[in-house]
Amino acid sequence: MNNELLKLLKKNARYSDEELGAMLGIPASEIAGQIKKLEDDGIIRGYTTVVDGDKLDDDAVCAIIELKVKTKSGLGFNGIVNMIMQFDEVESVALMAGDYDLAVTVRGAKAVAFLVSQRLSTIDDVLSTATHFVLKKYKENGVILNTDENDERGFVSP
Amino acid sequence: MTDYKNILSDTVRDIKPSGIRRFFDIAQNVKGVISLGVGEPDFHTPWDIRAAAITALEKGKTVYTANAGLSELREEIASYTERKTGVKYSPDNETVVTVGGSEAIDITIRALVNPGDEVLIHEPCFVCYAPLVRLAGGVPVTITTYARDKFKLLPEQLLKNITPKTKLLILAYPNNPTGAIMTSEDLNGIAGVLKDTGIAVLSDEIYAELTYGKKHVSIASADGMKERVVMVNGFSKAFAMTGWRLGYVHAPAPIAEQILKIHQYAVMCSPTVSQYAAIAALRNCDCEVRAMVSEYNRRRRFVVSRFNEMGLRCFEPEGAFYVFPSVESTGMTSEQFCEKLIMEQKVAAVPGTAFGDCGEGFIRVSYAYSMKHLQDALERIEYVIKDTE
Repeated sequence: MNNELLKLLKKNARYSDEELGAMLGIPASEIAGQIKKLEDDGIIRGYTTVVDGDKLDDDAVCAIIELKVKTKSGLGFNGIVNMIMQFDEVESVALMAGDYDLAVTVRGAKAVAFLVSQRLSTIDDVLSTATHFVLKKYKENGVILNTDENDERGFVSP
Repeated sequence: MTDYKNILSDTVRDIKPSGIRRFFDIAQNVKGVISLGVGEPDFHTPWDIRAAAITALEKGKTVYTANAGLSELREEIASYTERKTGVKYSPDNETVVTVGGSEAIDITIRALVNPGDEVLIHEPCFVCYAPLVRLAGGVPVTITTYARDKFKLLPEQLLKNITPKTKLLILAYPNNPTGAIMTSEDLNGIAGVLKDTGIAVLSDEIYAELTYGKKHVSIASADGMKERVVMVNGFSKAFAMTGWRLGYVHAPAPIAEQILKIHQYAVMCSPTVSQYAAIAALRNCDCEVRAMVSEYNRRRRFVVSRFNEMGLRCFEPEGAFYVFPSVESTGMTSEQFCEKLIMEQKVAAVPGTAFGDCGEGFIRVSYAYSMKHLQDALERIEYVIKDTE
């Protein structure tokens, strides 16, 4: 049941308890309780909004920085991660398998420059960085951005 | 001047245009209409199916197939039917691939009905049965089903309408427009009445995959019924393949042979590319179908609960993708309600009367739409209801 509830909330966190209850066939009061528990248990970590940046004047670029890390100093792997996560401009940090170790998503050109030149390059444990700028987002958090798809079905059919 | 009255067939001229047509015209002339009136899935055909069609085109699969359809497809269909209904049909002489469920219905009626034969049709129901019976020279006899009976056809109703001229019963569950289903108990009752008669059954099971909670049961699986049942199904609703025009019919060999004859003269064979796509549908798409069904189910519960909140009595549908709420409490007829809905709130729904006179007092609402669309449309319906109070 929690899975079903989470699936719906991930699609639209603004469904009311009544709507969620109706869709899942359980009372709304129970939904409220379940969500509270998911929050208390730290399974639901927050609610956010998917924004189509193209529709805003805000021209904040977004970059993905690949980091290769080797822990030499006392900072350790977690120390590096903790340091990077402090920055508000950092949207996500993920441990990767493959050619590099950490993928960091950063918003804002200044933030990217600052992070790379002032922070990351000063850490001995960071062997190298590779910065990729995102040119356009097509889909985010399961939501297709900028879709121009129309319902081609007629208004009424048997 | 040409008098087309003399040119046209009397039978065709006498057939009433579909009641849906009028609302289609209204909807088209109102700007910004959002619809709840569509009888087809809102999902795209699953990618695997589309990819199979593309491959077929690339390979140049663009010629006629065998009249009955690709043998590979017929084998998949027969094994799918057995998996779903427990009824075994031979892919060789008991399976014909048709141009949608629609053609299957048409040619089955033509294969079974003599001029003057009576054909029993329970209403409210899909719009094509009575006109097709008339085209075959038969006489449609309608049986009203009621919300209080969950829109099921009852054995005693069936019995009451049988005459020496009765030739065929058309059974359409899960039902469009009511969303009603028949359980195996319900079907055994029907089979019990038919057992000692010579009446055949055309079982339109196009919505078989779309049931919520209870599994679909075919009347062909009822004791002694297979030999007189023609089972019609297709890919449109289950696999979101309406535009591919692909259905099929299962029937005992002596019936299938005659059905195939009409099919062969009328359309040669079903679209070849669609047939290759359908093979992929039956082999690879259980998962996609399940996902669509659970999405429909969530919407179904949501829509039913919203109508109940609004105070419209709404029988709980267990199949297809329609709800059929009663608008009697508003004091309006189905058509008046639908007209008000479209003029004042720009929402298109289909008046129940489009599915037979006994649909008066109801509207058909399709939930083959996204949740966002449904939320918006139902809010608008609520305005209309509050406005009439």
